[in-house]
Amino acid sequence: MNKTINQKAWLFVIPVFVLVAFNAAIPLMTVVNYSFQETFGNNVFAWEGTRWFKQILLSERFHAALGRQIAFTFIILLIQIPLGIGIALTMPKKGWGVPVCLILMSMPLLIPWNVVGAMWNIFALPDIGFLGYTLNAIGFDYNFTQQPGDAWFTTILMDVWHWTSLVVLLSYAGLNSIQPAYYQAAEIDGASRWATFRYIELPKMKKVLTLAILLRFMDSFMIYTEPFVLTGGGPGNTTAFLSIDLVKMALGQFDLGPAAAMSLIYFFIVLLVCWVFYNLMMKNEAQS
Amino acid sequence: MKKYKWLVPTLYIVFLMLPIYWLINMSFKTTTEIINTYSLWPQKFTTENYVKIFTDSTWYMGYVNSITYTVFNTILSVAAALPAAYAFSRYKFLGDKHLFFWLLTNRMAPPAVFALPFFQFYSSVNLFDTHIAVALSHCLFNIPLAVWILEGFMSAVPKELDETAYVDGYSFGRFFFKIFVPTIAAGIGITMFFCFMFSWVELLLAKTLTATAAKPIAATMTRTASTSGYELGLLAAAGTLTIIPGAIVIYFVKNYIAKGFAMGRV
Repeated sequence: MNKTINQKAWLFVIPVFVLVAFNAAIPLMTVVNYSFQETFGNNVFAWEGTRWFKQILLSERFHAALGRQIAFTFIILLIQIPLGIGIALTMPKKGWGVPVCLILMSMPLLIPWNVVGAMWNIFALPDIGFLGYTLNAIGFDYNFTQQPGDAWFTTILMDVWHWTSLVVLLSYAGLNSIQPAYYQAAEIDGASRWATFRYIELPKMKKVLTLAILLRFMDSFMIYTEPFVLTGGGPGNTTAFLSIDLVKMALGQFDLGPAAAMSLIYFFIVLLVCWVFYNLMMKNEAQS
Repeated sequence: MKKYKWLVPTLYIVFLMLPIYWLINMSFKTTTEIINTYSLWPQKFTTENYVKIFTDSTWYMGYVNSITYTVFNTILSVAAALPAAYAFSRYKFLGDKHLFFWLLTNRMAPPAVFALPFFQFYSSVNLFDTHIAVALSHCLFNIPLAVWILEGFMSAVPKELDETAYVDGYSFGRFFFKIFVPTIAAGIGITMFFCFMFSWVELLLAKTLTATAAKPIAATMTRTASTSGYELGLLAAAGTLTIIPGAIVIYFVKNYIAKGFAMGRV
């Protein structure tokens, strides 16, 4: 759509601008403030320059948390995106199955995050939970509160349970927007199932899939509540992802300076990746 | 191959329902039964967990608090986002692209980064432990989302609609509320659904900004778990009840969900 130039449009944006700035800019400035200073309470501050940033960037604890976070997000994307596409491809296109699938599949998305954690905790407990009990009954030595491998397995399974539906819904919407004529043409050409997917469905889903990857990246990179309730970051620190580690540092140990510096580095990483994705998305949109 | 296609979504739905079933199963058991026996359904069926929640004000007020700030946040986000989304979809103005990206970056900010400054900030303006504080803080991620979704819907409406209305002598206000808003009603419904959803499921900020008067149900659950031992049955019942508002909302917007996603803006 060709838009008209109108500087008065700013008036429409003011309420949003004020509300978001009030919520984002002021607290963010507090963080910036802490990140360069040492605090002694009672509003006494001493300038520290970039000391906290250096400390965080060089600390093994941060490297470990970042490494765990990247591994987690990578595994999540690797499982959820193909799985989501697969389920969307096999979902019914019309009839009573559509609302049933949509309603049941959206359910996990609307459960409060700590309830998701608590639910999976009860579900996975080795003595009284269905998952834990069954795994042990068929011969696995499974205990997610003791063994790091099991804790990772449970956390990833929980996230797959919680968020795959979002990828499914997005892919499903993308698939539905394909005109039947494309499929008819493919059939006339004698295209195989794989060719239809590769050259018709996948390109048509490009836009929604970029969005799905972006959303899943952001949310899995910021994950806090669910693993906190499920494992508390344990056993040891093996499932302490960036947010969990950050909250531990800020509210647990009250190391405000380093925590603020870590917040900014963390935010910067998320922003950088999202900026790349956003540009990709806008480029796609401009093409179509 | 085609014959067994239905198996994939069916298996997936079974996988989704299993933990939910387990939670409901637990909620009808007594805590002693949960700890001592493993069973696929309650041996001694009891509703005492639910009775406790509906008769104890610290429990049911948690639900009232959560719903209060969620509804307040939904209305606030959509009301503020409507004119902004209209401006983004119809006009070019100084810094519009940068402003749009800046708004989105707030959706990307990890809540853990903001928890502590939020606590200090809302305490200093005397809003700590109020529904307004939580509703306002959730605007941080809900307003960008609302603007983003609404802008998608509005851009799909041809500009000719606006122009015809002005030619017919409509003022901007009358056009906006009498013609434009009804046209994108489905989009507003979807937007409200997502605002409700993200405000309802968020806990970190809601917990940080409240103590007693506006404490969300999710926080009641975690705090009760640590103070009164581990009352699993009660916890399971409270968890089960948090699923219900979401399920009701999904039921009402089910026809719009797929449509909303199809606009490619969620």
